[in-house]
This record gives sequence, structure tokens and C-alpha cells, in this order.
Amino acid sequence: MDGRLITAIVVLVGVPGALLGYIYLTEILLKFAPERARPRLRPWLWMLPALLFLFLFLIFPTILTILRSFQGALEGTFVGLDNYVWFFTSGDALISLRNSALWVVFLTIIAVGLGLLVAVLVDRVRYESFAKSVIFVPLAISMTAAGVIWRFMFDYQSPGQPQTGTLNGILSVFGLGPVSFLQVDTLALNTIFLIVVMAWMWTGFAMVILSAALKGISTELLEAGRVDGATEWQVFRGIVFPLLLPTVAVVSTTIVITALKAFDIVYVMTNGNFSTDVVASRMIKESFTFGNIGHGSALAVILLLAIIPIMALNISRFRAQEAIR
Amino acid sequence: MTAVPRAEQAVATQRRRAASPRWGRIGVHLTLVVLMVIWLLPTIGLLVNSLRSSGDIASSGWWTSLFPPTGLTLDNYSAVIQQGGLGDAFVNSLFITIPATIIPIFVAAFAAYAFSWMNFPGRNLLFVAVVGLLVVPLQTTFIPILQGFGQLGIAGDFLTVWLAHTGYGLPFAIYLLRNFMGSLPREVFESAYIDGASPVTAFIRLALPMSIPAIAALAIFQFLFIWNDLLVALIYLGAVRPENLPMTVVIANLVNSQGGGWELLGPAAFLSMALPLVVFFSLQRYFVRGITGGAVKG
Amino acid sequence: MEERSSRQMKRVGVLAAALIAVAACSSGGSGAAKSVTVIGTWGGDEQKAFLEMVKPWEASTGNTVKYTGTRDINTVLTTGVASGVLPDLAGLPGPGQMAEFVKSGALKPLDSVLDVATYKSETAKALVDLGTVDGKLSGVFIKAAVKGLIWYNPKVHDYASAPPATWDDLQSQAASNKGSAKAIWCLRLGSGAASGWPGTDWIEDIVLRQAGPQVYNDWWAGKVKWTSPEIKKAFQTFVDGVVKNIADPTEAVDPTKDFSGGGDPLFTDPPGCVVFHQASFITGLGGFKGKAAGTDYNFFPFPDIDPQYAGAVEGAGDLFGMFHDTDAAKSLMKYLVTKDAQDIWVKIGGALSANKNATSYPDDISKRSADLLTNAKTFAFDASDLMPKAMNDAFWTAMLSVTKDPSSIDSTLSKLDEVQKTAYAS
Repeated sequence: MDGRLITAIVVLVGVPGALLGYIYLTEILLKFAPERARPRLRPWLWMLPALLFLFLFLIFPTILTILRSFQGALEGTFVGLDNYVWFFTSGDALISLRNSALWVVFLTIIAVGLGLLVAVLVDRVRYESFAKSVIFVPLAISMTAAGVIWRFMFDYQSPGQPQTGTLNGILSVFGLGPVSFLQVDTLALNTIFLIVVMAWMWTGFAMVILSAALKGISTELLEAGRVDGATEWQVFRGIVFPLLLPTVAVVSTTIVITALKAFDIVYVMTNGNFSTDVVASRMIKESFTFGNIGHGSALAVILLLAIIPIMALNISRFRAQEAIR
Repeated sequence: MTAVPRAEQAVATQRRRAASPRWGRIGVHLTLVVLMVIWLLPTIGLLVNSLRSSGDIASSGWWTSLFPPTGLTLDNYSAVIQQGGLGDAFVNSLFITIPATIIPIFVAAFAAYAFSWMNFPGRNLLFVAVVGLLVVPLQTTFIPILQGFGQLGIAGDFLTVWLAHTGYGLPFAIYLLRNFMGSLPREVFESAYIDGASPVTAFIRLALPMSIPAIAALAIFQFLFIWNDLLVALIYLGAVRPENLPMTVVIANLVNSQGGGWELLGPAAFLSMALPLVVFFSLQRYFVRGITGGAVKG
Repeated sequence: MEERSSRQMKRVGVLAAALIAVAACSSGGSGAAKSVTVIGTWGGDEQKAFLEMVKPWEASTGNTVKYTGTRDINTVLTTGVASGVLPDLAGLPGPGQMAEFVKSGALKPLDSVLDVATYKSETAKALVDLGTVDGKLSGVFIKAAVKGLIWYNPKVHDYASAPPATWDDLQSQAASNKGSAKAIWCLRLGSGAASGWPGTDWIEDIVLRQAGPQVYNDWWAGKVKWTSPEIKKAFQTFVDGVVKNIADPTEAVDPTKDFSGGGDPLFTDPPGCVVFHQASFITGLGGFKGKAAGTDYNFFPFPDIDPQYAGAVEGAGDLFGMFHDTDAAKSLMKYLVTKDAQDIWVKIGGALSANKNATSYPDDISKRSADLLTNAKTFAFDASDLMPKAMNDAFWTAMLSVTKDPSSIDSTLSKLDEVQKTAYAS
């Protein structure tokens, strides 16, 4: 018999069973603990599998990365803060920092804004399923394919030639263009165009989660608002949005982090040329193309530090959520 | 727990539709239709181009093929299918994706429940630290983890990617589920405990079923991310057991090292996105009003 | 709730059954035969050709080759070497990385694996040397390419009877045969994450023939500055001779325009350009694919610039090494460089062999390019491939800058000098 068949049975039946079994087991184990200690022990037992996975696959490697960031290209050569000094004094650092900031701001605004808009609007139409599917489709597309798709969108042909790119095709109808979209570095427009590609993919993500949360808001609450004579906008602002806020925060946090980590689109479409480089793409390049894992690790640590403010905002939000529930 | 009966819900929706002013409804439709067109346009471009020869793609816009003579052909699709290895890779993709979607959901649900309904010191700080792990670039984890797999002698096995994807997927999974479970009404759990339910019963009987929309959303994303993942599979499987590699690696390699054969990426993309879309459609029915405890609170 | 969860259980059951059924159908029992894992950058038709090439070896030994092609080979090998999980054989990114892999002990020497005497007699000395680290043969070239061929459409003008002998001759012949074409030169530098590389070939071809092999070698080794007169002159020659004679610099550097389609304007009517500079592998790409070699397109070699360096040719190749010295891996490695193996790939086309005795080329054009490679008075390996990767990457970017804005030569070159200071350190 094929080994894969046995594996399939074990995994599909065994794993959920084993995991649920584990949770039952914790209760049995807790019976042996003194009654007063149980509430303190229980959460740790419930979190144990997750913490184990997180430690092995993310925390431990991150500790190594932090240590590695103080070493040179060769492992074991301690260089202090040299890798950090290198980045902040290299000429292109400012551009990649600026671009990463643009990614965070614009990707979050576009993806969360449009995701919220679609989630709220589709709630009122009969073709909800269809509309949501349309917005969702790009998320099902792999990065490789997204690169090809957007090459067809941004494609440029010399003036006078028939345009083959969708956007230049549209411009030519109005007698404009052609524009080489990925080369326009005034006002960092080409970076914005790259962000649009990512926003096209991630709006569906924001929409699905926000829409699921929207469905959790009780109908009676909305009806009560309407009976009181509130307009749709007032209902949204006064009832819907406040209730959605925790979810908006979750989606925004996730997308901010996605924006910080985004490098595939930049790498595939411009390789950081024409002033489109971001911190994450430099990190990958330094580590794996240039073979300087010291530099790469320092850049990874810079990304880690960049999210501290967002995480601080999250903490204050949890406190608020717990106070009201 | 009782959900709002469907009939009543439908009536409520109808009433709401009727109440909207006419111009507002036109605005809603217009906005949605415009957004849908913008969102579909790039994909339609790829779809049409996937049915054209590479020469046509290079010399004229895809929209010219919407009018006769269209010059459409299935050549690229048959070339992709004839390339071989796609069938095995499809099965591999399933083998990688399904367990790696199921495991983190359970593991995350336990942790999310603990984070939202159990009290312990340092809870918020620990939780934020877990979420903060989202920013860890996966590439920085490859070396120590692959080293570990190598020492255990399991490098190249499907097990390695299941474990790795579980680890990588947990921060988001815990974040999403904790946010949802944390917003469930306190009374539900309190009354269950008064009735003598254990935390396990409350979790399995109440928290899990009430979190179905969040779990469905999570399942969709986890499935998608893993289905479309190339790098994690390549690193953990590629060197030792290339016969275990998923579709993404096989598809990316339809193109030769000089970039020749890129016209095959379009057809391959459509073949590979079919299943994720089916998953989305089949789970979408869980995103309906009234399935959660939201109704109870009101 | 009960009812719903039982329905869900059923669904999970159905899913499980489906998966199990799929698994049962796709059996692939692994026999007792040994297998060799190979990772390379070859995809598509190259992958097919490689697998074709190893078939006789599989048939005679009973072993199997498990090949993975990927563009992310840098990541695979960097993590692989650091963690110790590696394929048996692999394509190597370049001589620099190869040397590092040898030093770390990951890459195994080939001296006792290959029939070294035969290998050396069949391969250009320059290539043998490039694969040697500290006196040990550590990498071999499975595939080669000639850089710096000038392609043209013989139906527009046939240069075969009097191919340009000098750079000036090329300039004047091309200009006088321009006819109704929009421009003299075709130029496209786009290539995804490697955009700019076709431009580096231009500079290398000019440096090699204008300043000579000595400067060329010192230059890639980091001993000649980018702002030095020789290198600056090469950039100036490129800008004056080529960039000023192309139809649209914006198109030449556009990230959406792949170099593979760069020669397509040769074939339009009226032509977009009359001459196109690209390596031997262009015949398998873009508009060249499907056209008849010799009648639809042809080439002449890059002409000499300074007569004292006449007969120099630039080439490139795919380096290959061994990480595990199992018997099966050794046997495959030994087989890959033989004439018999090389002839198989060569016959399929799209590649030249580093083996002088592999001569089963499918057409006259590939035969002539292979002859250039074997008969070169001076053979120079692609300089950018020999530079440290950080230098190479900056060189790519620099080619986009000077093509887009020729007046930026000076500032671009001083930037490259900055990179040169640090890139060679590690």
C-alpha cells in the first residue's frame, strides 16, 4: 500500500482527534492539581501546543537572527552595530525606508478602505456572493501569476506602436500616453503603482474578514437604530462602525505587517530599480543573493522594531475591548 | 444558543432594502459595479492572453481578440498539460495544504480561547508578542529549521511542511480567532459554567460553533497561502524529496532560465487557482447573518 | 447545533475519503534503485533536454534522476549549505559562491570522480580553471553560451559575404543598410529580477576588445576602478554607438519589456532596427523561436575594436557541482561531462556544450557559435558573472541608468566605485 495513503488517513482523522484528545487530557491532568492552582495552570496547558510551534518555528529562529545581526558576512565574526550603521549610511537606505513607509500607509488605506466599503455595500445587494467572489479572485492568484497579470496591465510600447498594455490601451483611447508606469519615479508614483498590485490582491482579504464580522452584528440592533429614524450613514457611523472597529484593527494590523514584509512584487516587477526598493526586498537580496546574512539579519531586525508602535496600539485596544464586554 | 430564525432575518433584510432611498441604492450598485469591473479587468486580460499565441500577445492588446478574427487557441493550455508532472504535483499540493490548514486551526483555537476567556498574568503582553511574530520574515527561519529537520532525518517529508506551515500560520490564526472569540457575549459562557459545564465543554459546545464564520475565513486564507506557497515547500522538500513538490514549483518552472515559455504561466495560473476558488465558494455560505452568537447579545 | 456539527463531520468524512482515493490512484512505489537529486535553474525546454540527456545513464545504471528546476536556487543553496540539507548535485550560481561552498566543505572535489585527463582535453582551459579552487576541480560546465553575437535579418541585408571586421566598419555598414528601419540597433535590458544584464554584456564585449583581456580580468576582479579611463571609455562607446542609435530608450529599459523579445523588430516590415546584440541562446526565445536559422536570421561575431586584441570571445556557462559523493552521484557527474551525454543536449538545440568534441549541432548557426567558443584566441568568461553578486547587481542597475540617461555616466560610475569598495571585502 502507498505510504501516502496511510499518512493521509493518519493526518485527517488522527490529527484533529489527537488535538481534541489533548484538550480533554488537560482537564484530566488538572484534576491532579490542587483546586486553587487549576485556573492558573489551565491557560498554559491550552496554549502549550501553540507556544511550542511558535517557539520552534518563529521565536527561536528570530533570536538567532538578532544574534546574527551583530555578526559579519562570515558567521562568528562579531562586528557590533556595523550592519546597522552600514544600512543607515548606505545611499539607498533612505529610499527604501521611504518606500516601505509608503507601502504601509497606502496599502493599508487602499486595502482596508475598499475592503470595508465592499463588505458594507454587498450586504445590501442580491448579488452579494458574486460581488464578493470577484473581489476575492486576486487573492487566489499566486505571486508568479500576479506578476504576469500586471505586466500585461503596465505594458509599454513606444509611441506610435499599437499599445499592448491594458492601462496604456485605455490612455490611448483618450489620445494620451504611452506611459512607462514602472519608470515614473516622480512623487514615487511607480512605488504607488506597485502598491496598487498588492492592494488588488489584499482588498479581498480585508473584505472577507470584515464581512464575516459584519454578519455577526445583530439585526435587532440595526433595526432599533433605523426605527429611531437614523439615516443609513448614521446607523453605520453610530452602530456598525464601532462594532466593527476591533476587526478593522485586526485587518489593519495584519495588512501593515504584510506591507512591511512585501517584497515579491517589487522583486518580480522592478527588482528595486527606478527607486522602488523596499527594506524587505533589500533584506532578501543581502541574505540570499549577496550572501551577506549579517546585513540581511540587521534588516530583519529593523522590520521587527518597526512594528512595536502598532503592537502598543493593539494592547491598549484589548484593554478597551475587555472593559466593555 | 439560538440564532435568529431565517424567515425573520429575510424579512428584516427586505425591510431594510425597501427603506433605502432610491438614489442611495443606485450609488451602491454603481460603486460595486465599478469596483468589480476594475477588479476583474486584470484577470480577464490574463484569461484572454492565455488563449493567444506569444506572438499575438507581444504585438497587440488582448482586447483586440475580443472581436473577430479572434485568433484564440488552446495551444498554451495543452502545452502546460503536456509538460507533465502537473498531476502528481496537484496531489502533492493537496497533501501539503489540507493537513497544514487543519492543524493550525485547532492549535490556534485552543490558544485563542485561552487568550480570550481565561485570566492569567501577562496575558495581553504575551498575546501581542504572538501577533508581533507575524512580521518575522519566513526566510530568516529557514536555516535553523532545515538544520533541525536534517538532524531528525525528516527533511523532505510532507510532515516538515505541515509543521512549518502550522508554525508560520499560527500568529495570524490566533489573532483572528482571539478577536472573534473575545467578542462573543460573556453571558453565554457564564450561564454554561453555572450549568456545570467544564471549560472543554464550553469550548467545544459554544466557542467553536459560534466562531464558525471566523474559522471559515481562517480556513480560506490558510488554504490559499499554503496552496500558493512556493518557497517554503521548495526549501523543505526540494533538496531531498523533489517528488513531493507542489504545483507552484512545477508551474514556476514552466519558464526556462532565460525567461522563455512565459506565455504558459497564464494558463497554469488558471489551472492552479481553480481549487482555491472552489474552497472559497463552498465556505462562503458560512458568512451569513445569524450564524453566530451576535444575535444573542442584542 | 448538534445537527450542524454532525453534517460537518460527514463533510470532513467525504473530504477524507476523496483524499484517500486520490492517494490510492497516484501510487509511486519507490524501488530499490538509487536516486540522485539534482537542483538547477533549467526550466521548460531546458528541463526537458536535461532529462533527455540523463535517460541513457538511467537506463544503463538502473538509477533515477530526481530533478528540480527553480529560479530561487540562491535561497535553496544558501540555506542548504548553512543547514547541511542539500541535493546530491546542483547548478551553482557562480565561481565566487562555488569557492565559498568549497571552503565550507559542502562541495566535494571532482578530481577522483571525473576522468580528469579527458575532461581537460575536451574543455577550454579557461573553463577548467574557473571550476578549480585551490588546485582542486570543484565545478564543471554542463552548458555554455557565446556572448556578443550580432544578429540580423538576411532578407533586409545579408552581411555574410563581408561581415564587419571592426567596430567602425560595423557602425558604417549598419548605418548604410538602415534603409526604412526606425533605428540601427535593437536594445532591451528587461529581464525581471535580473533586469539590466543584457547591457552588461555590451560593456564586457567592448572592454574585452577595446582595453584587452588584462584590463578585463583586473576589472572583474575589482582591481580596476569603474571610473578608470578604460571602463569609462567603454561606457562612452556603448552610449555613442548604441544608445544614441536605438528607437526608444524608455522601451529599452522598461521593466515590462523582456530582453527575449528584443530582437523581434528585426523581423517586422518595415524593420524596427537592423542589428541586435545578444548571446547564442536567443535563437530559442521571442521572435527567433519558430523562425528558420540561416534564412530568417543570421549572425556575425562581435567585431574587433583594437587590432592588438583581435580574436577575443566572451562566453558564459552553467556551473555544476556535487554536494554528496554517493556512488550514484559520482557516476552521474562523470557521465554528464562526457561527449555522449553532451551530444544529446546539443542535438536538441538551444545550448552549446563546453565539450569541444560534442558537435551534433542541429543547424549551421549553432555550429558556428560553438566553433567561436572552441577556436577563440582569447576566451573570456562573462565578467559580471565573475563579480561578487552585490557588484553584479549594481552593474545591472547601472546599465538601466546610463541607457535611460546617457548624461549620467560619471555619476553612475562613481556609484559603482562605492559598491566596489565593499563588495569584494567578503
